[in-house]
Amino acid sequence: MGIRVGLVCPYAWDVPGGVQQHVGDLAEALTGMGHEVSVLAPFGGTAPVPDHLVPAGRPIPVPYNGSVARLSFGPRTAARVRRWIAEGGFDVLHVHEPAAPSVSLLSCWAADGPMVATFHTSNPRSRAMAAGSRALRSALEKFDARIAVSEAARRTLVEHMGGDAVLIPNGVSVRSFAEAEPLPGWPGEGGSIGFLGRLDEPRKGLALLLEAFTLLAPRRPGLRLLVAGPGDPGPALSAVPEGLRERISLLGRLDDADRVRAYHSADVFCAPNLGGESFGIVVAEAMAAGAAVLASDIPAFTAVLDGGRAGRLFAAGDAADLAAQAADLLDDPARRAELSRAASRAVRAYDWETVAADVVRVYETVLLWDGIRHGRPAGVRLDPGLRTGALPGLGTRRGV
Amino acid sequence: MSSALSSAFVLLPALLLYGVYLWWRATRLHRLHQRVELSRTALETALERRRRAARDLAEALGPEAGRELAAAVEETLAGADGDLAESRLSRALRRAAAGSAGSSTPRRRALVAAAGDTARSLHMARTFYNDAVADTRRARRSRTVRLLRLAGGAPLPDFYEIDDQPPRAPVAPARSEAS
Repeated sequence: MGIRVGLVCPYAWDVPGGVQQHVGDLAEALTGMGHEVSVLAPFGGTAPVPDHLVPAGRPIPVPYNGSVARLSFGPRTAARVRRWIAEGGFDVLHVHEPAAPSVSLLSCWAADGPMVATFHTSNPRSRAMAAGSRALRSALEKFDARIAVSEAARRTLVEHMGGDAVLIPNGVSVRSFAEAEPLPGWPGEGGSIGFLGRLDEPRKGLALLLEAFTLLAPRRPGLRLLVAGPGDPGPALSAVPEGLRERISLLGRLDDADRVRAYHSADVFCAPNLGGESFGIVVAEAMAAGAAVLASDIPAFTAVLDGGRAGRLFAAGDAADLAAQAADLLDDPARRAELSRAASRAVRAYDWETVAADVVRVYETVLLWDGIRHGRPAGVRLDPGLRTGALPGLGTRRGV
Repeated sequence: MSSALSSAFVLLPALLLYGVYLWWRATRLHRLHQRVELSRTALETALERRRRAARDLAEALGPEAGRELAAAVEETLAGADGDLAESRLSRALRRAAAGSAGSSTPRRRALVAAAGDTARSLHMARTFYNDAVADTRRARRSRTVRLLRLAGGAPLPDFYEIDDQPPRAPVAPARSEAS
């Protein structure tokens, strides 16, 4: 029996982002499992949208959580949210980033009934959450179930709001990464290392990888580095000796198809991040592609790599250790093949099918498994606001 | 006379507003109590489902290998020390799942997986219940709620603490295929 799910995404649908990606993938996975999904999100573009998307109004750029988010708020949007809830006939409402001052918060206020929240933010000093924690409480305490996408997101939630959440990680669409041709000319004969990520964001660790490459390259004349991602490589690259730079291929920002191919293009895929990752989507994607992964031992990567069984870990921030471990893997094709197989197996825990099954488990728990809540009023409806039943003496409330 | 009238003009709306505010607070509290009640039903259902799955698994394992699990199930039914018995069932389930990892029939593997699923559901149901309890207890600490007895006669809900760690990490199914 399919569940009718209303998904709420606070950020503009036509702008790429982690939460939008998550909601889109979840919607697709749930639909594939036979559930009915409707997604409500701000949308202002003219781009084609999936059938299940309901535009909630034109997004406006707002500084939020340290960057500029595109959100929808205001009476017109609120009216659309209310209509969507009233007419949707949902069994369960699943709100992402419920504290975001956008359609998420509006639907918290408007709805009543079985409600699930997913928290993505892992910002320990989330100003929005700290400032609003009292004001938000009345909205957030409506949720029957809270999900956090990472341990860091869960901690952020617990510190600001109290209570608890179950951990359901981000998903990776394993199938779309599993098979691809390497980029032309890769991986080549002399050994190659791959990197994907923003080039000018220090925490992504490109400078560290280049430092390790500088250590390795003189003794390995064939070794090449594949570097893909947006941003200015200049500052990081300036530390590399002139003569070695021609062995570093800068591919810039890749489209989705080429990104998948890039994961298949190097002998060793390296994630040298210094921290600040809450899940490690890059590592999970590389694993889905069956790459031999070498990653820093920050908690997020250690967890995704199953404590080092599905990929090699090196001491975060230590270029010498990175170089030594990379040399080890480059010289040992059998070990690389072994890690690749282990990665393909371990990443299945993060496959959207697995992740969505856990999300459905949350829905089932909230709906008391029978969907009709043991005879209690079923389904999501508009919040009537004040209830006479709540008044002491008037209501029928007895002990719970 | 006129001053009394004007103060009534100020006081009455203020009182009315305060009344609406209190009504709103009472509504929130009412909703929290409903949430606790619903999540407790979910928790009880989850315990029952896990018990059934554990019993099925114990039967499939046979009188020898399934003895500990069957005994743990019986204990939870006896109801003497409820939460301790449920914790013991969690441990028995983990041992049974670990013991039958390698050489078991497809049917047995399916039963282990089913029991693991119910254990994961139980962990969720307990998290959601305790979350509801935490929110409710926090709301009831407020002075307004205590002084005006907005909670009515509803008893203060208690947390439910057991060892409910499910048998395997979610990574495990893939790994067991390899072994």
